[in-house]
Amino acid sequence: MADYPSNLRYSVEHEWIDDGTPATVGVTSYAVEALGDVVYLELPEVGAEIEAGSVVGEIESTKSVSELYTPVSGKVVEVNETAVDDPALVNTEPFGAGWLFKIEVSGEGQLLSAEEYAQHAG
Amino acid sequence: MTTTKSPLHDEHVALGAHLTEFGGWDMPLRYTSDLAEHRAVREAAGLFDLSHMGGISVTGPEAAAFLDHALVGNFSALRPMRARYTMICADDGGVLDDLIVYHNGTDEYFAVPNAANADTVLVALLERAAGFDVAVRDISAGLALIAVQGPRAEEILREVLTEDAEISGGTSLDDLRYYACLGMRFGEEIVLVARTGYTGEDGFEIWVDTPHAVALWRALLAGGEPYGLVPAGLAARDSLRLEAGMPLYGNELDTTTTPYDAGAGRIVKLDKTSDDGTPLEFVGRDALAARSEADPERVLVGLRGTGRRPARSGYAVVRTTDDGEVGEQVGTVTSGVPSPTLGHPIAMAYVRPEVAADGTELAVDVRGRAEPFVVTAMPFYRRG
Repeated sequence: MADYPSNLRYSVEHEWIDDGTPATVGVTSYAVEALGDVVYLELPEVGAEIEAGSVVGEIESTKSVSELYTPVSGKVVEVNETAVDDPALVNTEPFGAGWLFKIEVSGEGQLLSAEEYAQHAG
Repeated sequence: MTTTKSPLHDEHVALGAHLTEFGGWDMPLRYTSDLAEHRAVREAAGLFDLSHMGGISVTGPEAAAFLDHALVGNFSALRPMRARYTMICADDGGVLDDLIVYHNGTDEYFAVPNAANADTVLVALLERAAGFDVAVRDISAGLALIAVQGPRAEEILREVLTEDAEISGGTSLDDLRYYACLGMRFGEEIVLVARTGYTGEDGFEIWVDTPHAVALWRALLAGGEPYGLVPAGLAARDSLRLEAGMPLYGNELDTTTTPYDAGAGRIVKLDKTSDDGTPLEFVGRDALAARSEADPERVLVGLRGTGRRPARSGYAVVRTTDDGEVGEQVGTVTSGVPSPTLGHPIAMAYVRPEVAADGTELAVDVRGRAEPFVVTAMPFYRRG
């Protein structure tokens, strides 16, 4: 079973979120492993109000397209333009430079601890 | 559905492969990264397990005449130790499968169908064999197929296999042309080596008896490593064949498609004759002859994306409205990937003849948005 950073929380849709203000959101190493090489990112617009559990973008890999869900509700305040320009960052550093967007959190969906997520992801 | 495991299954698991179901088999999709594996094949070499492919032996004094009747190509004209890309069609001209047939001995041929069609092809060949002095046998269970593809492939082959004039079939690796084959030695064992592939690079496909498959795989991995060889999965195989403009059964080819639709009319030998010079009535001939003279309803074209988002199989090819939106549908995408070598999206699509000319500006409906694509001659990539 893989280890996931214990300072983050996770959604069943394989996003992670930290406890910053604003909070940073990305996808997990497990998701990246399943996706393969990421070639295109469509992220929510800065300023958008988004709802926990809703589809807010797309992650496209060489072989497939996946929807990006937000694990929390709130206002998007920044998106990772560096990752948009170089989507391979999501593969190489999913918990670091490959983060996706920052959000002012107004509400949370169901979030898992690292240990719970590890059991979910298997 | 239960899947069949390759004789190399445990090797793939040990290498950390991400496995996927393909044609009823559990095969490696990738080992590390699709892109890295793709680039290794273009720049050095890749090692592929293709044991999912079928293998049908056709032997007997009338083997060539039988293949002339059963398939669209002319096998009486195929010299020994040469191979040919061909198709097997239904009576209505629809493609049952595309396959490679090797002439690997006197009155001895070896047909390699796609995994998903292996049973269909075997049944069709057995039916069509009635009245011919020929034996048709599925020998795939006893064989593994391993491919070494890429510019360093020949050097790697020489590290692992040795030539032996006794079993070569009268040729040598030096003289081995594209679509030709020879027998070589792997230690004491005899393997059949063909200069064929599905990547657009130089390369070889090697048939080995199943009990020796693991040893050959390991020897090629170890011998190829100094040359930059890496194991490569089906994801890289798909992007490589698409760059090379090669069709995939189930995408560009199916039973509703004729070889002419797919731009492969050249492999249909309508004028092949029997030994006595009379025209040969092969299966599907009448329908294919009619189709060869009719105006096509649709044409298989290459598409080059000028944006960043790839088209995918099943997406609509459309005209763009004046304000850049999705307009009238004029075709359907059959395969699409972001091309790792070229750095932009590429796709194949069936489109109406009036929009099939090179340079025609079209779009693909990528989940509601008109992504710009231009009709482009294939192959997208040609090795230097």
